[in-house]
Amino acid sequence: MEPALAISQLNKTYEGDFQALKGISLEVQPGDFFALLGPNGAGKSTTIGIICSLVLKTSGKVSIFGCDIDRDFSQAKQHVGVVPQEFNFNQFEKPVDILINQAGYFGIPRDIAAERAEKYLRQLGLWDKSHVPSRTLSGGMKRRLMIARALIHEPKLLVLDEPTAGVDIELRRSMWEFLREINAQGTTIILTTHYLEEAESLCRNVAIIDHGEIIQNTSIRALLQQLNKELFVLDIREQLSECPSIQGYPITLVDDHTLEVEVEKSQSINELFDALSSAGIHVLSMRNKTNRLEELFFDLVEKNLSGAKND
Amino acid sequence: MTNCEKWIAFETIVRREIHRFLRIWPQTLLPPVITIVLYFVIFGTLIGSRIGEMSGLPYIQFVAPGLIMMSVITNSYSNVVSSFFGSKFQRNIEELLVSPTPNWIILLGFVVGGMCRGLGVGLVVTVLSLYFADFSIHSLPVTVGIVLMTSLMFSLAGLINAVFARNFDDISIIPTFVLTPLTYLGGVFYSIDLLGDFWSKVSMINPVLYMVNAFRYGIAGISDIPVYWAFGMVGMFSVVLFFVALNLLEKGSRLRS
Repeated sequence: MEPALAISQLNKTYEGDFQALKGISLEVQPGDFFALLGPNGAGKSTTIGIICSLVLKTSGKVSIFGCDIDRDFSQAKQHVGVVPQEFNFNQFEKPVDILINQAGYFGIPRDIAAERAEKYLRQLGLWDKSHVPSRTLSGGMKRRLMIARALIHEPKLLVLDEPTAGVDIELRRSMWEFLREINAQGTTIILTTHYLEEAESLCRNVAIIDHGEIIQNTSIRALLQQLNKELFVLDIREQLSECPSIQGYPITLVDDHTLEVEVEKSQSINELFDALSSAGIHVLSMRNKTNRLEELFFDLVEKNLSGAKND
Repeated sequence: MTNCEKWIAFETIVRREIHRFLRIWPQTLLPPVITIVLYFVIFGTLIGSRIGEMSGLPYIQFVAPGLIMMSVITNSYSNVVSSFFGSKFQRNIEELLVSPTPNWIILLGFVVGGMCRGLGVGLVVTVLSLYFADFSIHSLPVTVGIVLMTSLMFSLAGLINAVFARNFDDISIIPTFVLTPLTYLGGVFYSIDLLGDFWSKVSMINPVLYMVNAFRYGIAGISDIPVYWAFGMVGMFSVVLFFVALNLLEKGSRLRS
């Protein structure tokens, strides 16, 4: 089966000789929920821009479901829907018109476009706003409108560039649900985000890009397995006046009912609990202190940065 | 894209363009009509009645074709330049750029949208001019042909201006410093026979002169220049501008990074 997205030796140099992409290669399989992560200015948006032809590549190849973006321009574009980082619709038009027009640009007849516009506006909770000028929508509504617009031609590959930036938690969760649903229905999704828990929660595979290079391309699970240690926060029933000491487990007393414990990958949490129990300490609840993917992300980017400095 | 899909894309762009200028009609349709009415009142009725005849016609009948043509030119141009630049400014041009719509369809869509406004305003001005001046059509094919080609040419020019424009000042430079002088010096208000030999020859490099005279020929049957020159000139300019505009879109100049 053809990959949903195949990027080979992709280079982009902007005016002023800034090299945004340095020969990256990447494959995303059909049906995947794929995260493209990286710090600001790493090259994520440039990559997405090239995929949807808003940015002209310097060299390299990009194909979408086997359609080369240079040779099969029209077919390749039929397969992609893109949700950009910034609002890029006519703020004076109504959401329903924005969607119907976008369908028209893909050659979809007006009656079918109107049906689909209603379907997606309803699914994204925007139907009651379908006939108001889009500039009156809230930030979250505008983001959902861009998702509806990207789906109007029912693409096989949906690319979202930070779709939940500035969106409140409740809305973010509902957008996650929606994205999971359309992914389950077969749409391949590529997501860039700064919320790493979003990537961890939604995506199966990940590529981390930094300074125009892919520094990691693997599954989220494999990536998380690279974690050597995790920091857990334990809520304790007893009131503690001093920090307990358990051999092999560095512990910090946060307050009289809370402990922080560092557990290495090779260590057992059962052993930790047994030792705490023996010391007369009962754990009421436990949680990760930091996002696991975030830890790894910083680690990888730091390593890449120090590598670049040493070069 | 199949031909049917291309037609749908083209129709969508044209429909959106028409909807845009109708939605903001107090900005797009009303001002040119008021301006032209003022021209008719001042130059046609008040001053024109003292001027007498120009090229054998009462002055108001002489200026009426030029004023109609002036409204077609400025509205065709300004519709495309403001709509296309507005799309660039708000970045909603990206809706088209990410779609499979070929560049020549995008170009035609915007140009036909501009022509609809130019011809629409021209028609309203023509109807209004009948209140001030009494004229009939001398040659319908010449009248319709030249007005269509002129509208096409200035719509294309508007799109090129919009592609190059970086800010709102850039879209007013050409209309203010090029289009307005060319129109005023293009024989709208006078016959080039009034100019000396030198200035008469200089006027011949002004494309607006050809359009206005051809249109005046279509309506009143008089012209300072041969009509076929006008068609040749406007046709040649339109072809050149079409390929320049298409090339800019193909290269993604100032549209794609």
